[in-house]
Amino acid sequence: MNYLIGAFKPACHIAVTFSDGKTRKQVPLKKENGQVVMVPLFHSQENIAGKISIEPVSGKKVEHNGIKVELLGQIEMYFDRNNFYDFTSLVRELDVPGEIYERKTYPFEFSTVEMPYETYNGVNVRLRYVLKVTISRGYAGSIVEYQDFVVRNYSPPPPINNSIKMEVGIEDCLHIEFEYNKSKYHLKDVIIGKIYFLLVRIKIKNMDLEIRRRESTGSGPNTHVETETLAKFELMDGAPVRGESIPIRLFLSPYELTPTYRNINNKFSVKYYLNLVLVDEEDRRYFKQQEVTIYRAESS
Amino acid sequence: MHAVTEDEEKWLAAGITGLQQNAFYMHRALDSNNLKDALKYSAQMLSELRTSRLSPQKYYELYMRAFDELRKLEMFFREETKRGCSVVELYELVQHAGNILPRLYLLCTVGSVYIKSKEAPAKDILKDLVEMSRGIQHPLRGLFLRSYLSQVSRDKLPDLGSEYEGDADTVSDAVEFVLQNFTEMNKLWVRMQHQGPAREKEKREKERSELRDLVGKNLHVLSQIEGVDLDMYRETVLPRILEQVVNCKDEIAQGYLMDCIIQVFPDEYHLQTLETLLGAFPQLQPSVDIKMVLSRLMERLSNYAASSADVLPEFFQVEAFAKLSSAISKVIEAQDDMPVFGVVTLYSSLLTFTLQVHPDRLDYVDQILGACVKKLSGKGKLEDNKSRKQIVALLSAPLEKYNDIDTALKLSNYPNVMEYLDDGTKKEMASVIIQSIMKNKSLISTSEKVEALFELIKGLIKDLEENLLELDEEDFHEEQNSVARLIQMLHNDDPEEMLKIITTVKKHILTGGAKRLPFTVPPLIFNSLKLIRRLQNQEETVADEDASATPRKIFQLLNQIIEALSSVPKPELALRLYLQCAEAADDCDLEPVAYEFFTQAYLLYEEEISDSKSQVTAMHLIIGTLQRMHVFGVENRDTLTHKATGYSAKLLKKPDQCRAVYACSHLFWVDDQDSIKDGERVLLCLKRALRIANAVQQMANATRGSSGSVLLFIEILNKYLYFFEKGVTQITVASVQSLIELITNEMQGENSTSDPTADAFFASTLRFIQFQKDKGGAVGERYEAIKL
Repeated sequence: MNYLIGAFKPACHIAVTFSDGKTRKQVPLKKENGQVVMVPLFHSQENIAGKISIEPVSGKKVEHNGIKVELLGQIEMYFDRNNFYDFTSLVRELDVPGEIYERKTYPFEFSTVEMPYETYNGVNVRLRYVLKVTISRGYAGSIVEYQDFVVRNYSPPPPINNSIKMEVGIEDCLHIEFEYNKSKYHLKDVIIGKIYFLLVRIKIKNMDLEIRRRESTGSGPNTHVETETLAKFELMDGAPVRGESIPIRLFLSPYELTPTYRNINNKFSVKYYLNLVLVDEEDRRYFKQQEVTIYRAESS
Repeated sequence: MHAVTEDEEKWLAAGITGLQQNAFYMHRALDSNNLKDALKYSAQMLSELRTSRLSPQKYYELYMRAFDELRKLEMFFREETKRGCSVVELYELVQHAGNILPRLYLLCTVGSVYIKSKEAPAKDILKDLVEMSRGIQHPLRGLFLRSYLSQVSRDKLPDLGSEYEGDADTVSDAVEFVLQNFTEMNKLWVRMQHQGPAREKEKREKERSELRDLVGKNLHVLSQIEGVDLDMYRETVLPRILEQVVNCKDEIAQGYLMDCIIQVFPDEYHLQTLETLLGAFPQLQPSVDIKMVLSRLMERLSNYAASSADVLPEFFQVEAFAKLSSAISKVIEAQDDMPVFGVVTLYSSLLTFTLQVHPDRLDYVDQILGACVKKLSGKGKLEDNKSRKQIVALLSAPLEKYNDIDTALKLSNYPNVMEYLDDGTKKEMASVIIQSIMKNKSLISTSEKVEALFELIKGLIKDLEENLLELDEEDFHEEQNSVARLIQMLHNDDPEEMLKIITTVKKHILTGGAKRLPFTVPPLIFNSLKLIRRLQNQEETVADEDASATPRKIFQLLNQIIEALSSVPKPELALRLYLQCAEAADDCDLEPVAYEFFTQAYLLYEEEISDSKSQVTAMHLIIGTLQRMHVFGVENRDTLTHKATGYSAKLLKKPDQCRAVYACSHLFWVDDQDSIKDGERVLLCLKRALRIANAVQQMANATRGSSGSVLLFIEILNKYLYFFEKGVTQITVASVQSLIELITNEMQGENSTSDPTADAFFASTLRFIQFQKDKGGAVGERYEAIKL
């Protein structure tokens, strides 16, 4: 699938196959160049095993100083390009220095690999997992081959999952009470809730519920915060009167959400917010933002 | 304003274009079974309905187009589910749409398919739909969305016997759904009133009324639910509707919805829940046209009562009258400024109802009229036309129902109500009453009733104060003729009572003034004469001297009545009436009375009748009447006859004199009275007539140079023949013979003028003589002597 990245000219083909490749779930992954490829999906503490085959090009021999495969978990900040922080690094030596004349296959296995973080492609940060095959050569430069894979980790349903209930308002102008049925939602969850109008003195035009993602990277003075609105979902059309209660039912599945990530390896965080926005006839916006936790449930 | 509508047209056109475009793509997606695109384009298509720029009417146009498209989409969804797409998933999928209005239209559409699939109980889906629809708070858009919901769900309610029937509470579920949708729609509808600038109030109200049927349709749906029986209606449906109606505090909504309730639910239900229903009325806004609504309710109930006698016990059982009656008074009390028209309309409806339901309860009717009077008092005469018409309707109702004025006369408040009518209307009402009497040939048989009746129709009987309007002559005659007919209808077998009636009528008609008396006096006279003749027939058996109803007394009365005519003056009429009375007195053998009447007639003749034509007519009447009188003694008769002959001879025109004189001859020869067989005087009269006829001839010769007609001679000849035949000895064959010759000569004379009438008359007279001759017998023998 992947050919010879980092080699001047192809001296050999390196292919990585997973032992359960045919049955393992494949998920799309967006590469740096914008291409979407399908890659296998793993969970933490799974065995990652397979074969690496090396096939010299048209009868040439490949001399090497040893062959190894590494499993790397990397965090890459876009403002600090090409500087990877490896939070996981495992190595398996595949071969002692020698020569390869013909196609040669090496089995490999990383058992119960600890992969605590999920693959993530954000605005300013990327977290990736990769298998890196290196054929070390002295003078000609090493031949390196990468195989990406995706890691996703399920969380059990949170034992405590309170609803969010809040009364907010602008004095003598607008008082509302809103309620979201939970504070923690899984990725395919539905947000159920309602908005109750206690006082309405402004002419409301409509009301939306937005899902916002806040990605913060770096730390201290170098913190970058990026906020994206992933969903804009209209809840109400027209001006309610006092006493009206407007239902909320927002399915999360259509949106490309990730779980909430808190302080991943001290490098970044991803948080989600529900933003309730009321717009009046003069297009003034009144809003209230509430954080919700998103998690990945077993079935999703 | 003009620019606004123009803009609106533009916006509508733009909306339609957008809608059609997206509908086109949607169709393409449907054709290629592309669900994702179908959803996308349908949502875009429905986005056109998010506009705020259109008036309800234009919006409706747009909505209808979207509606048609949604039908196609629904069919697609149904097929989609048949192809294995889960309807539950579909139900979720459409909810991903970001804009709420398209989302909810789609949700309702899929919801309809969902219910049909029966994968979930109808009630749950309906509940979800009606709840989710709360997201549309914009009145116009909300109303249409909910109307769409109502439309797609109406055949899918979990009603009893429906294929969507659910568990034990299935009907409640269906009802609950419709009620909720109704409540929300009404709220939106009412809210429209309070949005937008105050200066556009009128426009808004117009727009609202255009939308009202969307709201009302819900009530119709409710009424169509099989499972709504009386209990459910009483316990849930009605109280919930009324709660909403009362609480919305909106004039337009309250008036319309109350009417809706009354129109859509069965009468039987109304009857059984009357108290609840009526209880709502006083709670409505004061500006609501309650009278209209209440009237319609009563109208419906009246019709219901009329539909079958079987339902009447229901009315009694629920005491419908008492409830309606108290509700009306409460409403009137609550709405202090209700116009008179409204008040009368209400009572009028209640009256109609009562007449239908309690035809035997006159007290109810009177009670209503009484209440009406109470309300009218202090308001003076009714000025506006509408109120007047209503009162006429109110008063006519009992007449029509009972077909009998008698009943109306028992209503003590009836005349009191009439008091509030202006003169014109009073008359109109009076005519109605009389017509009713005529139509039903009702007999008015006691003096109290007559008194009451005349009190009612006094508009026709006398001039009312403000009768300044010049009346159309024809109308007036019509009116008075009807009064005359009415007088003829009065009758009681008991003479005493009848006399009282006559006295009463007399009292009333004498107030009528010169214009009316000529119409009203004669019928009263004749009706009285009828009574006299009746008494006369009974006289042999009843000889009660104390009785007041003696012919003598009645004659006295009549005398007074006729006298009234002199003030008119109508001497000719009076004369005729005197003579009629005289004749009646003759029949009663009351000589002095008869004499008195004759005297009166003569006096009139002498003093009042000056026109020569009238004199002639009067003279012949007098002669004719006098001839038939047999009650007079010789002396009286002589006086009267003498006078009559005297008058005859003094008529102005000779031919008139001649004719009157020969007519007088009959006064001296009455077949059936032996005392009056005075041939001498008969001859005298005839001779005198001949002399006058001669004089006529001579005058004709002198003035025109030709002899006049021989007509008078032939007439006299006929008189001769009459008495000749009767055997008056003084009339001899010779005198007849010479008269015939005289006529023949005259006719053949040289300066005679040919007169075909006279020729024919003479010829037939001769033929008569011949005929009598031929007949033979005693008469024939007498005639034999005459030679032709």
